[in-house]
Amino acid sequence: MLEKALKGSKTYWTWIAVLLGFITVGVICYIQQFNYGLGYTGMSRDVSWGVYIAQFTFLVGVAAGGVMVVLPYYLHDYKTFGRITVLGEFLAIGAVTMCLMFILADLGQPMRALNVLLHPTPNSMLFYDMIVLNGYLFLNIICGWVVLHSEYKGAPPPKWYKIFAYLSIPWAFSIHTVTAFLYAGLPGRDFWLTAVMAPRFLASAFAAGPSLLLLIAIILKRNTKFDIGEVAQNKLCTIITYAAVTNLFLVGCEFFTAYYSNIPGHMLTLDYLFWGIKEGTEVKNNLVPFMRFSMILNIIAIILMFLPQVRKDDSKLVPVLIAMFVSLWIDKGVGLVLGGFVPTPLEHITEYTPTLGEILITLGVWATGFLIITLLFKITVDVKVMREN
Amino acid sequence: MYDAGKIIPGLVVFVALVTFPIWRGVADDLPKPEKPTKARQCVTDTATMRKDHMVLLNKWRDEALRTGDRTPFVVEGKKYKKSLMLGCLNCHEDKKKFCDECHVYASVRPYCWDCHYEPKEKF
Amino acid sequence: MDMKRRDFLKIAGLTAIAGIGAPTAFSRLLKGEVDGGAAYASGGEGAAADSNRVRLGMVIDVKKFNQYKGLAQKCIDACHQIHNVPDYGNKKDEIKWLWQERYENAFPEHSHYRRNEELEKMYFLVSCNHCDNPPCVRACPTQATFKMKNGIVAMDYHRCIGCRFCMAACPYGARSFNWRDPRGRSADGRPFIAHVNPDFPTRMRGVVEKCNFCVERLAEGLPPKCVEVASPVKAMIFGDLNDPNSEISRILRSRFTIQRKPALGTHPSLFYLI
Repeated sequence: MLEKALKGSKTYWTWIAVLLGFITVGVICYIQQFNYGLGYTGMSRDVSWGVYIAQFTFLVGVAAGGVMVVLPYYLHDYKTFGRITVLGEFLAIGAVTMCLMFILADLGQPMRALNVLLHPTPNSMLFYDMIVLNGYLFLNIICGWVVLHSEYKGAPPPKWYKIFAYLSIPWAFSIHTVTAFLYAGLPGRDFWLTAVMAPRFLASAFAAGPSLLLLIAIILKRNTKFDIGEVAQNKLCTIITYAAVTNLFLVGCEFFTAYYSNIPGHMLTLDYLFWGIKEGTEVKNNLVPFMRFSMILNIIAIILMFLPQVRKDDSKLVPVLIAMFVSLWIDKGVGLVLGGFVPTPLEHITEYTPTLGEILITLGVWATGFLIITLLFKITVDVKVMREN
Repeated sequence: MYDAGKIIPGLVVFVALVTFPIWRGVADDLPKPEKPTKARQCVTDTATMRKDHMVLLNKWRDEALRTGDRTPFVVEGKKYKKSLMLGCLNCHEDKKKFCDECHVYASVRPYCWDCHYEPKEKF
Repeated sequence: MDMKRRDFLKIAGLTAIAGIGAPTAFSRLLKGEVDGGAAYASGGEGAAADSNRVRLGMVIDVKKFNQYKGLAQKCIDACHQIHNVPDYGNKKDEIKWLWQERYENAFPEHSHYRRNEELEKMYFLVSCNHCDNPPCVRACPTQATFKMKNGIVAMDYHRCIGCRFCMAACPYGARSFNWRDPRGRSADGRPFIAHVNPDFPTRMRGVVEKCNFCVERLAEGLPPKCVEVASPVKAMIFGDLNDPNSEISRILRSRFTIQRKPALGTHPSLFYLI
């Protein structure tokens, strides 16, 4: 079945070459970082997590988002998604792989990563995160591969795999819940210390993941003979819309609690993210343009998603989906993690700007994830097209 | 077999090259770590120390650092501090002639010295 | 080596049987603590309920530090020198164990209208609080940071993987990370550790570090270095909080002291005599 990834059009190979280019640059930069230490990045004593952990957090969401096509099919027998569950699972494989790579890139002593297994510590949320992430990767590899391979052979999939498919559903929720718990259980970080963190993570995940999936599906429709179909596409649009609305609602709840209670600790980070804070005479507002752009873009995307003429027309839907994905990426992949460090526990304001090398490593990891997704989707599409014709 | 004349000598050369480190090593002198002059008896017998000194050091480290148990290690009525720097290297005075002798030979790079200073290190 | 590998395989095997750790984990979580040690202290003031256990703590006499200008800096320099704390000369790579902050930064929750003018001008020595209920220990995935029996929150640099979860978890900003090699030199050739103390190790890049309450000096029967430097004027008092007859206990009983962020339930072991 793997041989399907080795035969492709010129566009396919060009895309692969581009990704490999980014990966190479990323690897070179990572070697530099490995030799110098994490001082290679823009992180500091005050902002001790940067883009790596932010990307990790966002991508756990993308991985969990895959469950939005798996769940309706397995739990509600929604046959229309039967053709695309494999795509959801393969998207999750790519996303979880990126998550693991971002964690490794962020470790000060990557060679000691297995200490987490050697000295298991059940009171640490990172311990659970390691279990659920690796478990989710494993489940998706099994389910996706077994189903696709059976289809390739022209036989029905073996029954035993269903246990794993059912297990993968609550597991998807668990990965993003545990990831939220990394943040939501820390005293002294008021911005993160909120019970809606996990629900909000899930809501944004169920909008961002399916957005990416639908975008890729539309690209496949234009370039291959594989079409997920109008019904499935509409259903995905509905899921994305309501998940995004839920996320926006939860963000609104955060704003209410902070500004109505008027408790300084709860307002400070939101002030910093959306208006900037004055320290002395200097205004610190690095992230303000990003956060405002993200908020406006998100609201516009949600409104447009409600319009039937947008949903029915791919050329209009694509930019809206991109807007949705980008706005959620900024919200979680930039604002949420970086914002939590402002102000510091000593109420100083330290800003963070990633270095070029750090950004190139980040792009390298994204490229690796997309390479995995590309190869897996290529195989899937070829198998499906072969069977369906 | 076709081309036996090329393949067999080729194989011989290949095997010789691949096993080079082994017979080069056998022919070579084994490392001779310097013996201490201060004391004659180590904390455990030589065979155990030669094989498991790193296990003992890890154990000492965990005891001293993690449980705060720094009670001296007593051998034949003599007390030794539970420490590589303040214990072992008291007798084995020269790290280069003792530790490095084997570690370099075996191509092992313990990370002790990334943080700990050797007693005679110059500043 | 062998032992480690065997331990590793055992643990890896156990972990693989998914969720083996989970039941114990939950029971441990429900009990509230890993070591069981931290559960003793229940009073919000941080005085431990169980006095069978040593709990080391410190009182910092702010007035004395205000009176003897330069003393605080002397304490800081002495601490950083004996512990080989590097000085990178920039804020981004900065590492500090003990340092000074203004009142509004050390006690941000104590903001009120028209504060005492003297207070506004004062500086406060801050460092790791050696909390009785430390969030950093809860967060660490490898037990590289852990609580010792005598109450010290210690670091095992050999085990730290550098994930910096403890830095996010510490509500006092007490932890620093080795962003680069502390044994290196700056571009102009200046070593980051100006005066090496060969009896104490440095750290390696990629691990987190912080105040260790001079555990290496306590082992020799000496007080923490800062306490020693401040001892001529008795600006810092160090001792067992659980011993009712210790000097520190007497001071805490008879004088008004404050702690940093007591509302978080971390039970700091550092007290400030205002």
